[in-house]
Amino acid sequence: MLSETEFRRTIVEMLRRAATTLPKDVIEALEKCRRRERDKVAILQFECMLKNLELARKLSAPICQDTGTPIFFVKLGNDLKLDFDPIAGLRKAVKEATLSIPLRANLVDPLSRVNTKTNVGDGMPAVHIELVRGKRLQIDLLVKGAGAENWSRLYMLRPSEGELIERAVLLTIGEAGGQPCPPTIVGVGIGGSTEVACLLAKKALLRPLDEPNKDMQLARLEHRFTRAANELGIGPMGLGGKTTVLGVHIEKASCHTASLPVAINLQCWAARRASAKLVGDRMRVGVP
Amino acid sequence: MKKQLLSPLSEKQVRQLKVCDVVSITGQMVTARDKAYARALELLRTGKRLPLYLRGGIVYHSGPLAIKNKNGWNILSAGPTTSARLDSMQAEFIERTGVRALVGKGGLSEDTAGALARLGCVYLAFTGGAGVLAGQAIKEVQKIFWRDLGDAEALWVLRVQDFGPLVVAVDTFGNNLYASKIRLMKATDGSGSRRNDTTRNGRHRHP
Repeated sequence: MLSETEFRRTIVEMLRRAATTLPKDVIEALEKCRRRERDKVAILQFECMLKNLELARKLSAPICQDTGTPIFFVKLGNDLKLDFDPIAGLRKAVKEATLSIPLRANLVDPLSRVNTKTNVGDGMPAVHIELVRGKRLQIDLLVKGAGAENWSRLYMLRPSEGELIERAVLLTIGEAGGQPCPPTIVGVGIGGSTEVACLLAKKALLRPLDEPNKDMQLARLEHRFTRAANELGIGPMGLGGKTTVLGVHIEKASCHTASLPVAINLQCWAARRASAKLVGDRMRVGVP
Repeated sequence: MKKQLLSPLSEKQVRQLKVCDVVSITGQMVTARDKAYARALELLRTGKRLPLYLRGGIVYHSGPLAIKNKNGWNILSAGPTTSARLDSMQAEFIERTGVRALVGKGGLSEDTAGALARLGCVYLAFTGGAGVLAGQAIKEVQKIFWRDLGDAEALWVLRVQDFGPLVVAVDTFGNNLYASKIRLMKATDGSGSRRNDTTRNGRHRHP
């Protein structure tokens, strides 16, 4: 049986890897986009990003001082036996990681703005548990800085206005300009209800950049939105250039015949994520 | 070619800088963000003094990640934060403190950019997210004021060497590298507002 110690050790390791290294697909996308730029300011931004990644990896230091808030997506098997409370375990692990990595203490009370100093507070870190069959346990982690998260949008479009989805996405990216640290990854959730659309937009950010959508129609939309976004000319860090987004990822759900929710969630170029799954009674942290 | 700026800066010096110039900073730089701006203005409006002298100084929009060991503070990661959050306080802050350069990321509103030109202050963009690269150029934490605001919100007085590369993104001639992007957007799809008003009056704005 998976022990709580092993579980917590895994979460701390996931947080460390996410804070200090970027997934391979993100690094490759940054390198590819840099080769496409002609503007000297844009090239300089990419050079700084890539140099920073190298330094962070070498020194095992957090890529960005905004170590964000961790968002956990847990797939929990209905036959899996655990002798501890996984949510309490996650909370303890985040506290530990805040001290040991260290992470910047970002979490505050929303009204008094007093910092909890542990990155743990009321209802946070966010943990989304999905019940699956069998004895599986898989954890996906997304690290979200405020610069990108602050530009999240939810539009309740009229059902007859499907063509406005693209406009909503481009408006969000355009209004955000340089503030969410472009080139961003754009998560779009179409359909569902308000909270389903928002969750889909965030989940879309977990998919690697080199993995096209399995749904052909969505894959085509992703391609079209990506091209249109890069035509905006906002460029890396908003200083102008050909790369405004690294990719647009779309997920959809059925929705009420009278609704068309569209949620948009941006992730900065330092698109930090990690994953781990249960193998036997140990957890294996995936190579990002 | 990267130009070295030594702090403190004179008005004449900053008025020579133009957008797209690449510079670096050597000398002193002080971090400040939302809470520090608010407290500084509160003090200055009532005729009180700040704990440090900022005339000719350089303010860095950043909340560093650092650990304290027996030799003092060790900066791990200290990249820039979103400058636009400070837009509503920026012009008054510059006017009252006399700072000559802001270092941040993501840009400023057009109003603030106009105020910079009038007051003789430039905006220098550092690559967002490049926290370790920034940390490497910070040689010493000289002092931290206002730690009661939380470490990320406090005033960190930093001694930096060759801090950069920084791109002059708003100069004193009225040029704003970010605004040119907005104009481009207006030309492409008719929108260009930067206001964060999705839920104005509790209603979602229609795209």
